[in-house]
This record gives sequence, C-alpha cells and structure tokens, in this order.
Amino acid sequence: MSFSIKKQGEICVVDVEGQLIVGNRQELKQKVLDELEKGEKKFLIDFSQTGYIDSSGLGVLVSLSKKIREQGGELRLANLNDDLKTLFELTKLDTLFQIADTRERALESF
Amino acid sequence: MIAGESDERARDTHVRVAFDRLIPSDVREIEPIVEQVTRECRVLALPARQCALNVPVALTEALSNAILRGNRGARDKQVRVRAVVSDTALVLEVADEGTGFDLDACTIDPTSPGNLEREDGRGLFLMRSLMDRVERFGDNAHNVVRLTLNRL
Repeated sequence: MSFSIKKQGEICVVDVEGQLIVGNRQELKQKVLDELEKGEKKFLIDFSQTGYIDSSGLGVLVSLSKKIREQGGELRLANLNDDLKTLFELTKLDTLFQIADTRERALESF
Repeated sequence: MIAGESDERARDTHVRVAFDRLIPSDVREIEPIVEQVTRECRVLALPARQCALNVPVALTEALSNAILRGNRGARDKQVRVRAVVSDTALVLEVADEGTGFDLDACTIDPTSPGNLEREDGRGLFLMRSLMDRVERFGDNAHNVVRLTLNRL
C-alpha cells in the first residue's frame, strides 16, 4: 500500500496503490496537505488500483475535500470500480465529490 | 462459537469454522487479516461481490472499532476474529476486551445533510448496510460484534 503524487500540468495527481483504510489514511492526508501547503490547488485522486475503502478512508476524503475548497482549490476522484461506486452511493458521498470514470476525463474537467 | 450460538446455526449440518485468529490491537494487523478472510470466502465460493465489498469493508470496520475503541489501541489486549460458514450464511465474529457499546445509539445516519461532511460516523452505518444482520453482545470484560451475511 502506497501513494504516489506527480504533477500533470497544474494538477496534482495522486495514485492510490491498494486499499484506503484506517491503517494508512493519515499518510494520504498528510501527503495531500503538504502539497496544499506548498500552494497546489488542483488535485485528482485516482483509485484504479483500489479495491475498497473503509469509513476512515472516506472520512479522510471528506476532510481533504473541505480543506482544499477552503483554500480555493478543487478535488476530483477518478476510476472508482463498481464496489467503490456502491460505497459512495450508500453514503451519498457521490453527491459531495466530482467523480469521473477515467483519469483523462477527470483531468479535462478542471 | 464465542457465545450466543443460535439454535438455528446449531442445527445447521454444514457449519464450518473457516477462520479463527487472535491478533494484537494494532491497525496494521487489519488488512492482512481481512485479506485472509476474504481469500477463505473465495475458496468457499461466496459471491464475488460479497468477497470484494461486503466482507472486507464490514470486517475492516468491526476490527477497527475493536482495536481503537474496544481495546483503545492497547497492544497487550487482543482481538479475536472468527469466520463461520454454513450452507446459508457467513458469520463473522470480532471480540475485543472492552465493555461494549449500544449499537443503535451509536449508529448515525451519515447521509443526512447535517452529517454528510462529517469525517467520522460511517463505520456502523456501513456495517449495517453491507451485512444482513449486525449484533453486539458480551459482558463487562468482553465485547463481541457478530456480522451475518446470507449467502445469495
């Protein structure tokens, strides 16, 4: 399980490699907050390699979304598998986040 | 069974303990245990959706609660995880050394407008949404959360 961040134009793209759960969600949060502190405003989190997310992982995404918005930035999510989509629908977080089917569409949406 | 075995399950002639393990109270233990349980579920031919979503998410929530709330992260305290499979259901039991909690009182609706942007409060909701039955029982020294998922 790890997270990698790279710049694509002016967008910070975060790849989540594995599950986003209680044991690692603080690492993701800190990495994104570090970039936000450096002045980055546009973030895309790509879940193409993620099978599931637990409640603490969802909570971190909610928290990051708020903090990024407070700094005038934007957060997009991409590549959720059907199970992840179900989690977002169950919790109605699909109404809170902008979710794209592919990384390319997410990048174009900024 | 840890406790409270139901008559219905006792009568089931094809009950099998698929998993029984004690782990220390460390959240780093969660993912490997969940992987092992879901692997067992695949071997037992549970539906793919249950193996990929219902079981891992609900079990992760139960383990997280047991480690962080029940045992308050004390590494000298343990969590017991059991998975019992029958022809009709998968039953997961997660036992910690805490004093327990009121399942209904602690479950909030994270989808209500006032709760949607909360960082916490989705764990019990997810467990109850993804499982057919969630029960809690125990005494002052042990607390058990039992998750039952009917086999489709």
